[in-house]
Amino acid sequence: MRGTLPYALAVWLFAVGLYGVVTSRNFVHMIMCLSIVQAATYVLILQVGYVRGATAPIFFDVPVGTPAVDPVVQSLVLTDVVVGVVVGALLLSLALQAHKRTGTLDPNDLRTLVG
Amino acid sequence: MSPRVRLGMFVVGGIGLVAILLWGVGGLPRFGSAESRYATYLNTHAVHQRHATNVVSAVVFDYRGFDTLGEEFILFAAVMGVTLLLRSQREEHDDSPRDRAEARRTADTSDAVRVGTLALIGPVWLLGLYVVAHGQLTPGGGFQGGVVLAAAPLLLFLAGRYLLVRNVHPMHALDLAEGTGAGGFTVIALLGAVIGAAVMANFIGKGQVASVFSGGTLPVFNLLVGLEVVAGVTLVLYEFMEQTLFVRGD
Amino acid sequence: MGAPVTAIIVAARDATDVVQAVVMLLVAALGLAVVVTREPVHQAMVFAIFGAALAVLFLVVQAPDVALSAIVVGAVAWPAMSLFTLAKARERDRRSGRERERPK
Repeated sequence: MRGTLPYALAVWLFAVGLYGVVTSRNFVHMIMCLSIVQAATYVLILQVGYVRGATAPIFFDVPVGTPAVDPVVQSLVLTDVVVGVVVGALLLSLALQAHKRTGTLDPNDLRTLVG
Repeated sequence: MSPRVRLGMFVVGGIGLVAILLWGVGGLPRFGSAESRYATYLNTHAVHQRHATNVVSAVVFDYRGFDTLGEEFILFAAVMGVTLLLRSQREEHDDSPRDRAEARRTADTSDAVRVGTLALIGPVWLLGLYVVAHGQLTPGGGFQGGVVLAAAPLLLFLAGRYLLVRNVHPMHALDLAEGTGAGGFTVIALLGAVIGAAVMANFIGKGQVASVFSGGTLPVFNLLVGLEVVAGVTLVLYEFMEQTLFVRGD
Repeated sequence: MGAPVTAIIVAARDATDVVQAVVMLLVAALGLAVVVTREPVHQAMVFAIFGAALAVLFLVVQAPDVALSAIVVGAVAWPAMSLFTLAKARERDRRSGRERERPK
């Protein structure tokens, strides 16, 4: 049980963020909740890479061979965090564009497309 | 479909999703146990092979360099998208003097905020440059240092000095810097193929472990990625700041 | 309130466990707070605290590189961009509202 409870944090963040996206009445609120869903994935894969009693995979001041956590998952997450914020900026500018066209930031008020 | 129905559907689906996720996550190895074999191999051999003590940087720019190349282009495309969308939304303000007087009623920046933010810009820049330059030794690298450096324009904006910088028209320099970063990364990556080794091969001399110029192509990649991330995030922030300017011209 | 605390203290084997458990609980609570805060301006502030807590969590799981980028991104870039967006939307609303009431 103790071995899987940390993973439940990622599931909790995912579910909470998804609830926020579904019940949101403001685009900016929705995009922030989307970033919480992203954070859930970061937390999960970093936790998978964790090794109890190990240090960070930087061998500047510790000799090579000391137990260290997984460096591969960290590399995936760190590029993703930076790229995620710029993609979030793209989403926010799309929300601004929608506000310019329809005058509202409420997703429920978007008019349906007329074909 | 009314919001209540949508919420009901989400609750039903969400409970199922959470149940499946918890069941799946329960099958993972215990938190803090087994390490993957790839990780063990990297932790024992990466320092010797690449002469870089930051194994995460070595993985980002060397062992898994293709992923970083892809992420680099995602960043580039997202910045292009933001500038495209927001530059077309800069409206010409055609205000009457009464409206402009109303706009002028925004509060002035307090002295404490101004002094504090201006005093922090130098240290933030120094820290960012340090983090970029020492990415192959200690925690850091192009991505991390780049975002630290990109916090400086925000500090300028908070200090109320944004218009001074704006008159210098930094947009062109930033566009150039971002293109150089992305293009330079690609060029160095392909240079490995040109000289006969594999694409993204680490072909520069590795140098001594724990010196600043160790790791072969790693410092070069750090600088290029740092350049691109700084320019990209600063461009995005500038576009957002332009949107909120009160144009007090006459 | 006392039950999770005693559970953590009983199940922990060393100080790292306690720190990790506390930070994880903090992140979970702040995540819920970010979603429940409906007003976007307030949510930006709560999100900044969530970003900082997330960075601490990354640090405690021995990932200092990730924590570096998460601090700046979560506590500075995200809230700043969302506040800029809200300011622009609010200004547009104010401007269009004023045009509507100005006699043509």
